[in-house]
Amino acid sequence: MTQQNNQQAQRKAAMAVLAHAEAGEIAARLRAFALPAHQDLRTPENGLVMLRGRVGGDGAPFNLGEATVSRAAVRLASGEVGFGYTLGRDGEKARLIALCDALVQSRDFSASVERDVIAPLREQLTIRRKQAAAETAATKVDFYTMVRGEG
Amino acid sequence: MYVAVKGGERAIENAHRLLANARRGDQSVPEVTLDQISEQLGLAVDRVMSEGSLYDRELAALAIKQARGDLIEAIFLVRAFRATLPRFGASEPVDTGAMRVQRRVSSTFKDIPGGQILGPTFDYTHRLLDPSLADGFVPEAPATAESSTAPTPRVTDILGRDGLIESSPQAEDGASVGDLTREPLNFPADRDLRLQNLARGDEGFLLAMGYSTQRGYGRNHPFAGEIRFGEVEVEFSAEDVGFAVPLGSIELTECQMVNQFKGSATEAPCFTRGYGLAFGQSERKTMSMALVDRALRARELGEEALAPAQDEEFVMSHSDNVQATGFVEHLKLPHYVDFQSELGLLRKLRQEFAEANAPDAMKEAAE
Repeated sequence: MTQQNNQQAQRKAAMAVLAHAEAGEIAARLRAFALPAHQDLRTPENGLVMLRGRVGGDGAPFNLGEATVSRAAVRLASGEVGFGYTLGRDGEKARLIALCDALVQSRDFSASVERDVIAPLREQLTIRRKQAAAETAATKVDFYTMVRGEG
Repeated sequence: MYVAVKGGERAIENAHRLLANARRGDQSVPEVTLDQISEQLGLAVDRVMSEGSLYDRELAALAIKQARGDLIEAIFLVRAFRATLPRFGASEPVDTGAMRVQRRVSSTFKDIPGGQILGPTFDYTHRLLDPSLADGFVPEAPATAESSTAPTPRVTDILGRDGLIESSPQAEDGASVGDLTREPLNFPADRDLRLQNLARGDEGFLLAMGYSTQRGYGRNHPFAGEIRFGEVEVEFSAEDVGFAVPLGSIELTECQMVNQFKGSATEAPCFTRGYGLAFGQSERKTMSMALVDRALRARELGEEALAPAQDEEFVMSHSDNVQATGFVEHLKLPHYVDFQSELGLLRKLRQEFAEANAPDAMKEAAE
């Protein structure tokens, strides 16, 4: 059970990185990868997910509006089934995420896909986010109190 | 004579050809690309996504281009498009408290944990036209500063800890979330449906309604407790996967309005609240939405509901600009038969009037 939870956490962490990457970036990382035989279990399909918010930010859920989502599923010859879901309509990206998800679950490829694909993409994402955070931080207000009667 | 009309196919076809040319404009001027619209007219894209009720920047940009910049027409196109795709399900509710904040201001507290962050804003600009933008403007790189990893809790959560503000209503166990794209609207409508309606409602309409409450038509004494804009992660519980799958992130603006307090013999007085949430950077929209959300709670809070902004049937039935434009603009479609019957009736009435008011001599002569 713990092992299953660990794998689930690992899959989710990988998906969280992959969903933020471009299809081209994932494909480029996979090109240097000795891919095992695999096939589409579900060819990419576009659809909608209703996005929900909460009343007051922390209350009962409500429907905010929809988003386009693409999804796919890939099966390795060794049997692992991977799923790919991503915002947007890029079916190829969904397929690549599904392939990575299958690799993450595979005993033979889990370590190498993390090292060669997920980790570098995570680093890129972290750099992008740090840069954005630094630009945002520069717009933080420093208040100072003016003493009455002066000036 | 007025007779039923058929035909005009050729004229329609040619009108659409002419439209395509008018849309393109002078062909010696480079064509605008979807990336250009998405990157450089980002707030128009945000508005089309919000009111089109579909988060997809590229589609919104295409709609704006196709609609020649007519945002309501673009919203109409996006709404029509969403009807062509299957729905996979609903996301987990997003956590705005965990937002990667790009802007966050409070008009109620100067020193909020995480600080006041201005972000990319028109506020404090002088609203003078800038001729340097007309051609080839290259902005200076953004300034940077060390970012803190301190959390930026919602201001309403801070007030909530001391019980100074009402807590958000929680869902009852097993309660379903109302969806006005699936079920016809009935009144009275619950807060989930009202917020969905306002979230896709016309910004101009909500602005006017919100403004009317400030001018005294349903006054509720608002403070902008907090406005925040940034990225939130979206997760979707996919049945086939078996856990909540990360889908990526979206940009949202949230407004927490803090309003006049209320108490009773059994409850200590506390501030009440109104809520606004929309796709993208949509500050005016979410502020207006929060004002109107609070006004629409009049009944629930035992206030006299006399003003238009407090009348949910009025607000919710008129907030949607696709419905509104459909009904207003249908007036320009052929009504020849309707009009002919009115014309017939009017002629008859006028004849009766003329006979009734004719000089007596003429009447006698006629007899």
